[in-house]
Amino acid sequence: MAYDKFTVLTSSAVPLPIENVDTDQIIPARFLKATTREGFGDNLFRDWRYNGDDSPKADFVLNNPIYSGKILVGGKNFGSGSSREHAAWAIYDYGFRCVVSSFFADIFKNNSMNIGILPVQVSDAFLHKVFSAIEADPNAALEVNLPEQTITILATGESESFDINGYKKHNLVNGFDDIDYLQAMKEEIVAFAQKSRY
Amino acid sequence: MSSKPSTLFDKVWDAHVVRDIQDGPDVFLIDRHFIHEVTSPVAFLGLKNRNVGVMFPERTFATADHNTPTINQHLPVADPLSANQLKALEENTQKHGISHWGLGNPKNGIVHVVGPENGITLPGMTIVCGDSHTSTHGAFGCIAFGIGTSEVEMVLASQCIMQPKPKKMRINVNGEMHKGVTAKDVVLFIISKLTAAGATGYFVEYAGSVFESMSMEGRMTVCNMSIEMGARGGMIAPDETTFNYIKGREKAPTGQAWDDALAYWKTLKTDEGATFDIEYNFDGAEIEPMITYGTNPGMGMGITELIPSAEDIDAGKASFAKSLQYMGFHEKEPMLGKQIDYVFIGSCTNGRIEDFRAFASIVKGRKKAENVTAWVVPGSHVVEAQIREEGIYDILIEAGFELRQPGCSACLAMNDDKIPAGKYAVSTSNRNFEGRQGPGARTLLASPLVAAAAAVTGKVTDPRTLIA
Repeated sequence: MAYDKFTVLTSSAVPLPIENVDTDQIIPARFLKATTREGFGDNLFRDWRYNGDDSPKADFVLNNPIYSGKILVGGKNFGSGSSREHAAWAIYDYGFRCVVSSFFADIFKNNSMNIGILPVQVSDAFLHKVFSAIEADPNAALEVNLPEQTITILATGESESFDINGYKKHNLVNGFDDIDYLQAMKEEIVAFAQKSRY
Repeated sequence: MSSKPSTLFDKVWDAHVVRDIQDGPDVFLIDRHFIHEVTSPVAFLGLKNRNVGVMFPERTFATADHNTPTINQHLPVADPLSANQLKALEENTQKHGISHWGLGNPKNGIVHVVGPENGITLPGMTIVCGDSHTSTHGAFGCIAFGIGTSEVEMVLASQCIMQPKPKKMRINVNGEMHKGVTAKDVVLFIISKLTAAGATGYFVEYAGSVFESMSMEGRMTVCNMSIEMGARGGMIAPDETTFNYIKGREKAPTGQAWDDALAYWKTLKTDEGATFDIEYNFDGAEIEPMITYGTNPGMGMGITELIPSAEDIDAGKASFAKSLQYMGFHEKEPMLGKQIDYVFIGSCTNGRIEDFRAFASIVKGRKKAENVTAWVVPGSHVVEAQIREEGIYDILIEAGFELRQPGCSACLAMNDDKIPAGKYAVSTSNRNFEGRQGPGARTLLASPLVAAAAAVTGKVTDPRTLIA
């Protein structure tokens, strides 16, 4: 499934300064029972966001109207644990297009890029600056520039570059996905697979 | 082939690269693909939308495990959403000609238990599944790891995924292990040292006498939890223990094919002089029965130790405090003696026959504590049959336990097996995340021996005090 193209995103951000945010927190297992991809945003961070009686927890950031935007900023080791792509779907469905952290779990990072969310890995020091900027002004805008591979805090002009491999970058900028690529090399794969040991 | 010394990981990886994309991932061939009811429906939907078929249906195997009930499996599944996913798996596999061991099938069970049990998992394979504990199959010298649903769709459509080659880590554990220390303790110990993110970006090879002397069940337990320190996967070189386990299993090669396979499998080891990006060494004699006190698997400690203080931890202080608050624990207090409410033995980590033998060795001649609710859940029907044949069932019943039917169960609580909010569960599963075993549930990860000791005493107990 092709997805939206990602080039330059300028937006305020939602801060979640917690380390080791695992995919069970992003979307608990009991909400994985759909057979389509719709509606997962309603249960994003379900148990941090709502009480047992479904009333919102006032102290959770998604329930605080002063924070909004298309960028989610998380603490170190974001997206650890289960391989459930539903975690990335929930983040996307809620409205985020970019997640910023100083460290991502591998599978979450792959899953995000496969559906058109850009994971931006920054240094611990820059992550700290981002959290500080949002703390100072909840509307502080970040500019994420994929073609240039930079992230900038617009209020201060502080900027850092981030890594992404050329193939994935090309896909995200153009809204292509891996299956398009794999389909185009089908004969090569079949020939390889037929002479493989298993 | 080049004569340069190479690692087990390189040998298997390099044999599966269809195309090396410049400044991009490798197009990586997958030998075996496992699917289950939860992470596959959207992948099949994607195929339908693209009007693409399954390239090699005989290389994919389906089983139902994540949301299945562990009692009354002969009745229709009560939860309509779960029933819908199970129906989707049945229909999708039927439509595309994929083998399906659904609920009620004698081969049904947890995907990472039934794969090896039936000889589907063989040394040198690349194996993926939409489940992070696919790393389990690394116990056979496979490159095996969890993938997302987009990648499930890729494998169905093209038998390949796009993967950048991870870095290489070797973890050596040598020395004599003490009585009462199991494979689960070894891996919880390693994760406690490396932290929950300590191996992110790496593929791990486990080496040394401790793994060489482990059973296949033990090796599966270790490789299973590789993901809990962030590793892409973990693997152990196949040896006689591996070959003996595989021989005679339903889908294992026979006759000349066996001899040919064996000759290849014997080449699957890291050459002398091959190098790793990073290497760790631990002494097996330093490991004691382990238990976790926090909300990620890196927050583990020896069972006789004290919970560390924030000062001792190289991690965010706020996250550490939040974790202890969730668990209702305090810095510097012991875990021994803490009253618990639930015990869960099962899961793809510890749901194999050896695990139930260990559990029964402590339970035998004792009674389940009054304050404990215990869920004893085999990993497959084959394991369940073994439990009955070996007399473990009688020991369990005698001690006041019940045996449930196979499935993932309380490991992720997608079915009705949920630990209530605020309750403490000693669990042989793999994750102690907040709410993992039910909203508000508090999980203490441990080995089957520690779980058994807790089940009969009603509190956190050193199993060594109960071993004759």
